[in-house]
Amino acid sequence: MSDLAELLASGDPVDAEATWPHALVGTGAWEEAGRLLAAGDLTLLGLWGETGFVHMALLGAAAEVAVLTVACRDGRFPSIGRMHPPAIRLERAARDLFSVVPDGLADLRPWLIHGTAPYEFLPVEGEDLHQIPVGPVHAGVIEPGHFRFTCDGETVVRLEARLGYTHKGVEALLAGATIAEAAKIAGRISGDTTVAYAFAFARAVEAAARVAVPPRAQALRGLVAELERLANHLGDIGAICNDAAFAIMLVNCGVLRERVLRASAACFGHRLCQDVIVPGGVAGDIGTAGVAAIGDLLAEIDRRFPPLVRLYDETASLQDRTVGTGRLDAQLARQWGTGGPIGRASGRAFDARRDLPYPPYDRLSFTVPVREQGDVDARVWVRIREVEQSVAMIRQILSALPPGAIRLAEGWQGGATGREGMALTEAFRGDVLAWLRLRPDGRIARCHFRDASWFQWPLLEAAIEGNIVADFPLCNKSFNCSYSGHDL
Amino acid sequence: MRNILWDGFFRGALTEPAPPVDPEMAALGAKLDAAARRRLGRGLAIREVDAGSCNGCELEVNALGNCFYDLERFGLRFVASPRHADVLLVTGPVARNMREALERTFRATPSPKWVVAAGDCAIGCGVYANSPACIGSVGAVIPVDIQIRGCPPTPVALLQGMLALLTRD
Repeated sequence: MSDLAELLASGDPVDAEATWPHALVGTGAWEEAGRLLAAGDLTLLGLWGETGFVHMALLGAAAEVAVLTVACRDGRFPSIGRMHPPAIRLERAARDLFSVVPDGLADLRPWLIHGTAPYEFLPVEGEDLHQIPVGPVHAGVIEPGHFRFTCDGETVVRLEARLGYTHKGVEALLAGATIAEAAKIAGRISGDTTVAYAFAFARAVEAAARVAVPPRAQALRGLVAELERLANHLGDIGAICNDAAFAIMLVNCGVLRERVLRASAACFGHRLCQDVIVPGGVAGDIGTAGVAAIGDLLAEIDRRFPPLVRLYDETASLQDRTVGTGRLDAQLARQWGTGGPIGRASGRAFDARRDLPYPPYDRLSFTVPVREQGDVDARVWVRIREVEQSVAMIRQILSALPPGAIRLAEGWQGGATGREGMALTEAFRGDVLAWLRLRPDGRIARCHFRDASWFQWPLLEAAIEGNIVADFPLCNKSFNCSYSGHDL
Repeated sequence: MRNILWDGFFRGALTEPAPPVDPEMAALGAKLDAAARRRLGRGLAIREVDAGSCNGCELEVNALGNCFYDLERFGLRFVASPRHADVLLVTGPVARNMREALERTFRATPSPKWVVAAGDCAIGCGVYANSPACIGSVGAVIPVDIQIRGCPPTPVALLQGMLALLTRD
């Protein structure tokens, strides 16, 4: 029996037919899960609160997934974060949002709800140190967050981030919303990941209803998800090079990114494909003009992207900035269950599309590029290789686009009433988790989203240590974590 | 690199002609203090402030810099500090946690100054209208001169809104 199966067996099943098993466990099994996480036998997929309860999603060694729930006693639950640091910020967030107190956690500073009290950054002591506060309003056109650098001359000794500035009460709004209202909100949690969020939410509702969407809808979902990845990766590759003062990459990648957005608008009527994936299928079909637009796009990428990759590879002054900079240790990436190009650039070969396969990826052939170096350069290369994979996947999808309906017939949601569902989708940043439970009237009782950034932001603080301040934008852009997706 | 540069040279410019300015927007632009705008000449420095957006608006604001839209040809440019800005381009419903930062950014911007609320959230909070964690629209916190609708506004819509600011009486 695996570790996860033993933990589950010790509790009461919450929903025996759920896609992934879920059990209400005692504090003993809960703390045992914490010890297994700390030992590296399990990986944390998420931890979220609810009035009187705390839930935790776990990934086992054989890619099995389970959810554990513990009931709070007097509003308290045994902290996982005190044993396993990746849970600390999640527990602080759960405390802010649902007043559930993690027992034994040393760091109880507010995280998502700032209030008016001044924030106390962790002390950094030593001779000749100075601090540089940055944000929340940054110099560039990016999201708000605060970075507190402690430096010794030019060298960053410690970085501590303070996030939560874009906290919009997403989970409070989702409670009581209809499925259609919640789908709209899901698509507006993180603008650059609107497709992956809508995808995760739709699959979670469909998991609760035990339904599968028509084959054509599955294929079109894969198409928009890969278009989103292409747009973001192309933008990121250019922007990372721009932060190393190599603007020609930004300009040329920016052209390709714009072409992806225009092709998306031609196919689905929205440049970012917002609200295209809906629970039960997709909102609109792709016409022959759309298929032609995508064909032109892929031909353009085939023609223009390889010379840019060569330019990146052969420019010594650019490589000088990216190779060896902002190194993320493979051990940390594993411990934190870091997903996306950041984890894969540090040797963690996890991709939800392959390891927790879902349609249409279960029928596509693709590889998951992995690098071991963990530096800015490795993160660029993983994105470059993923662009190539996405192009190949879109070709496979379009060459075998199944005919038929793009949505389930009305009334399918009835099967989800009163039940729960969960899904993980691979966004361009890494895996997004969506978990929800529906009320007997079919509205959302509780819905939680966990962005990949939760397990990436803290590691940016580790990766920047020992680098110079001037390399922070480069490191930060190579991580490109979400603020809004994290702040909820 | 030489090949890419040559290719760009022979391919010709990708930049597209300026979109027509919506008459309603132009009327709004014309109402702004004409004397102040004359003093500033033909250029405007813009400071973008994300007051709690989902980042969708920022993506399209950033797209204004690409070859197709090339914002800077109009004398419009993004600056790093509110102290250098004539215009604050504000996105998002104003998150409670961003209120102080938005107010301080506004105060740090020297007069004459204008505020553009960009995106449905900035104008009416969008899907975040009833959120306990949001204060309200941008107009609930600082005075707004021009609104640009959209979720997110397309780069063309953003360009039209910005050009309205430059419209002469």
